[in-house]
Amino acid sequence: MISDEILYTRTHEWIKKDGENSVKIGLTDHAQEELGDIVGVELPELDAEFAKEDPIGVIESVKAVSDVNCPINGKIIEINEILEETPELINEDPFGKGWVAKIELEDESELDELMNQEEYQSFIDAEE
Amino acid sequence: MDYTLLTDQDKEKMLAFLNIDCVEELFTDIAKTQGKCEINLPSDGKSENELIKMFRGFAEKNIDISKMPNFMGGGAYDHFIPSVVDSISSRSDFNTAYTPYQPEVSQGTLQAIYEFQSFISHLTGMEVSNASMYDGASAMAEGCLMMLRQNRKKKKLLLASNVNSLWKQVVYTYLTGTEYEIIELPADDGMISSDVLEKMLDDEISVFAYSQPNAFGYLEDSEKIGEILKEKGVYHVASVDPLMLGVIETPATYGADVIVGEGQSLGNYLNYGGPYLGFFATTKKNIRKMPGRVVGRTVDSKGRSGFVLTYQTREQHIRREKATSNICSNQALCALRACVYMSLLGKDGLVSIGKNVIQKSHYMYDKLIESGKVEPVNSEASFFKEFPVRLPIAASAFTSIMRQKGILAGVPAWFVCADSDKNTVLITVTEKRTKEEIDDAVLKITSLF
Amino acid sequence: MNEREDLIFNINSQCGLTFPEFENTGSQNDIPEKFLRKSALEINNAGEFDVVRHFTRLSRQNHSVDVGFYPLGSCTMKYNPKINETICSMDEFTRVHPLLPASFTQGNLEIMWELGEALKDITGMDGVTLQPAAGAHGEFAGILMIRAYHIDRGDKRATILIPDSAHGTNPSSVAMCGYSVKEIKSTKDGTIDMDDLKEKLTTDVAGLMITNPNTLGLFETDILKIAEMVHSVGALLYNDGANLNAILGKCRPGDIGFDISHINLHKTFSTPHGGGGPGSGPLTVKKHLVEYLPLPIIEKDKEKYSMRWDKEPSIGKVSSFYGNFGVLVRALAYIKALGADGLKKVSETAVLNANYLKEHLKKYYKLAFDKTCMHEFVLSGFEKDSSVHTIDIAKRLLDYGYHAPTIYFPLIVKEAIMIEPTETESLKSMDEFIEIMIKIHEERKNNPELLHNAPCNTIVSRLDEVKAIKQPDVCWNK
Repeated sequence: MISDEILYTRTHEWIKKDGENSVKIGLTDHAQEELGDIVGVELPELDAEFAKEDPIGVIESVKAVSDVNCPINGKIIEINEILEETPELINEDPFGKGWVAKIELEDESELDELMNQEEYQSFIDAEE
Repeated sequence: MDYTLLTDQDKEKMLAFLNIDCVEELFTDIAKTQGKCEINLPSDGKSENELIKMFRGFAEKNIDISKMPNFMGGGAYDHFIPSVVDSISSRSDFNTAYTPYQPEVSQGTLQAIYEFQSFISHLTGMEVSNASMYDGASAMAEGCLMMLRQNRKKKKLLLASNVNSLWKQVVYTYLTGTEYEIIELPADDGMISSDVLEKMLDDEISVFAYSQPNAFGYLEDSEKIGEILKEKGVYHVASVDPLMLGVIETPATYGADVIVGEGQSLGNYLNYGGPYLGFFATTKKNIRKMPGRVVGRTVDSKGRSGFVLTYQTREQHIRREKATSNICSNQALCALRACVYMSLLGKDGLVSIGKNVIQKSHYMYDKLIESGKVEPVNSEASFFKEFPVRLPIAASAFTSIMRQKGILAGVPAWFVCADSDKNTVLITVTEKRTKEEIDDAVLKITSLF
Repeated sequence: MNEREDLIFNINSQCGLTFPEFENTGSQNDIPEKFLRKSALEINNAGEFDVVRHFTRLSRQNHSVDVGFYPLGSCTMKYNPKINETICSMDEFTRVHPLLPASFTQGNLEIMWELGEALKDITGMDGVTLQPAAGAHGEFAGILMIRAYHIDRGDKRATILIPDSAHGTNPSSVAMCGYSVKEIKSTKDGTIDMDDLKEKLTTDVAGLMITNPNTLGLFETDILKIAEMVHSVGALLYNDGANLNAILGKCRPGDIGFDISHINLHKTFSTPHGGGGPGSGPLTVKKHLVEYLPLPIIEKDKEKYSMRWDKEPSIGKVSSFYGNFGVLVRALAYIKALGADGLKKVSETAVLNANYLKEHLKKYYKLAFDKTCMHEFVLSGFEKDSSVHTIDIAKRLLDYGYHAPTIYFPLIVKEAIMIEPTETESLKSMDEFIEIMIKIHEERKNNPELLHNAPCNTIVSRLDEVKAIKQPDVCWNK
């Protein structure tokens, strides 16, 4: 895989390698658009361990709410605390300032099961 | 009679449009599943005139208590209800509206709820109130649950045993399927002992819940309770009598996290137990964890002030199994009645009703005790409108004799106080009772023994 | 249109309700200082006429069913007969204290008994409780009864199944009772996916909770099979009775395999919604669940009525007293007014009205499931290449003096618009509604901006809900 490629889940999280043994995750542009104005987040606790597909946090808009699911097995090593005060960053810059958490990567092969940009696009189109 | 409007011609027209011969054709899916459907109710309905007669008949089977001064309490109280409350709440613009999901055409209901929330917040001294719960008991149960969920390690609720036992049963029911356990704090002489409380607050207890006043009518030392809970890091849930709060200090002053209560006293009839009104107030930091609806003030697209249901992602229609509560329908019309009632009272009325009730209840209590015929249960304790006295005979026999004398003299304490003996009766004096009624009741009670 | 009404807190006139000092004859007010309120209340006084004007003006800013059509799907906004209000307001009912002995309240108990019997009859069940204060409250009590039933049999089960078309209260009530929720898919036809059910229906399942007819307005035609499957693994079948209005006198949940059903008196039995409550959510149950009903139980012995309080194995109490009695009185009056024939006519007319509207509107809006519906149906506001969404259509309806249908529910229909006319609308009122819906459809094509900006004829336009959360103002302060 290309190290800076962004990968995607079927539950609309993005994943990007961020250093040797860690990944950064967030909510996709498509997901933030579907949710609308984001007004609240619940972030996971530092050092909490999650299994793949476990909900680690919650993103709330006015009339909808979406779980952030853990795309891989791993431990939370950093959270984007600034979102608690300014959750709208997820709307404004979902792939940048709106990142949600960093997770320790235990098994790089887990990334192989995720979708690339192209696959994700056709997944969204099919969902429509 | 029925309340449909379609004429035979209308129906024919509609059936023709649908290309069917009879309405049964729309029910073929059901007919395939259930053959003939038998209902045993009489097939004919009643006319309005017949209905009135029928329900008059039911009404007359209740013993006429219209001339009996009512000193009963135990969680439902005979307070005065101004005509304005009935007049406003019977307006069909309020009564026949649904939950205000479309704010642009529901500003009346929304603003009234916002005002209700504000009254409750000011009375209880809490920052946030919801739009109502089913009743005081369910409000207390949900208040305990909200706080219990906030501690991942401690799983126990300490519940004062002198909370109204009907309410306690509801709290037990609400916690049935949860991971939480209830421990009861014994209350000797009808009061919580701060020493016992301190001792019982072990490392596993996360929430303490009690009522102010308690089921005997006695005022607890909220200040001391608050100090102990704060020191031990235990959440503080209190239920209060809203009508005392113009005069009596709110547990909010002593650090309560949740204040709930029964709002029936605020302009709602006794109604044989319902519909009543639970109120629920808490601190701002709990707003996303609260059960029930909340109305907020905001602006419209043209900058005009308006009201909406807010923080809806807490609720069942969005959060589903992760919602803070399953409550959907609440007691909105009862909350409206409470809001109108509190509007009429205002600042001065809320103080004056509190004082009036205290003066009358204490007048009656003093007279009874002075007679030497009945005994105080706890002579040190203070009360607001309801107090217990110990009789020489069983309380249920006493209330029965008094009813024959034309007085609803109270509620046997064991109905609602788990720790009570059989000879104690709870007597409530509201602002509705006159001096003559009180004097007469005292005379009739004391002449019994 | 009226001006916005100022807050009650900005009025400052003579107090509308005070009580004179009690002429105290020797007794002293002996509440110790430490209990007394230390800070004064920060609200004003308002005189009676000010209060009357204030709330009367507020009332005029509401849409209500007495003013106009209210096609809110799943909410059954039917006419609330006035006679029921007169009856339940009789002093003999309103002033009765709940702790009076049964000998004083025989009339009230008879009303509750008769209503209970009627509801058992209508739903085909053996036992009843009137205690739950609302539908969701009934669900909660009902699921706890299912739990008690299994525990009594030494059977530990952890899951309740719910279709993906269910009301949000269903999963929420289930979770409150400590169960985990598993969702059953719906088929392309809008009914339960039998294969998915088969797969998920294990001996860990305590019950299946369904709404029949379902929230798409469709009758679950496989219900007998479903009941058989559910019972064969020892689970129970729960009916969310929110849609009972479609099947009165046509079908009884108890006859088609349900073990337990709640009933929304504020929907099917015409009691007013009150701006969000009070409702009432009685439960009826089959024999094997009777002993778990909440306490007290109302009993009849010869012509005498009483309350039974003995405990085990009841789930206990769910309300302070016996439920929303005032609502129960209205519901019984309604049932008595209609009789069995009238009830059947309710369902026939509700279903006829819904199908009439559906067949007209499907020419202009995408119909989610194109078949005969029961009392309600679901359209989609989605149209490819149109910038107009369901929310815009709903808001435009407000401009024309209608309440909007239920929108964005059920979740499984994209941009759902759920319409329930009820049996109490006239042909004229439905034809007018159809006309307006066609007009809005035209506007969607020709003037989408108009819809995006709707409503413009209401007292406020669309409200800033983001601000309501980010800068919360839920309590007036000086």
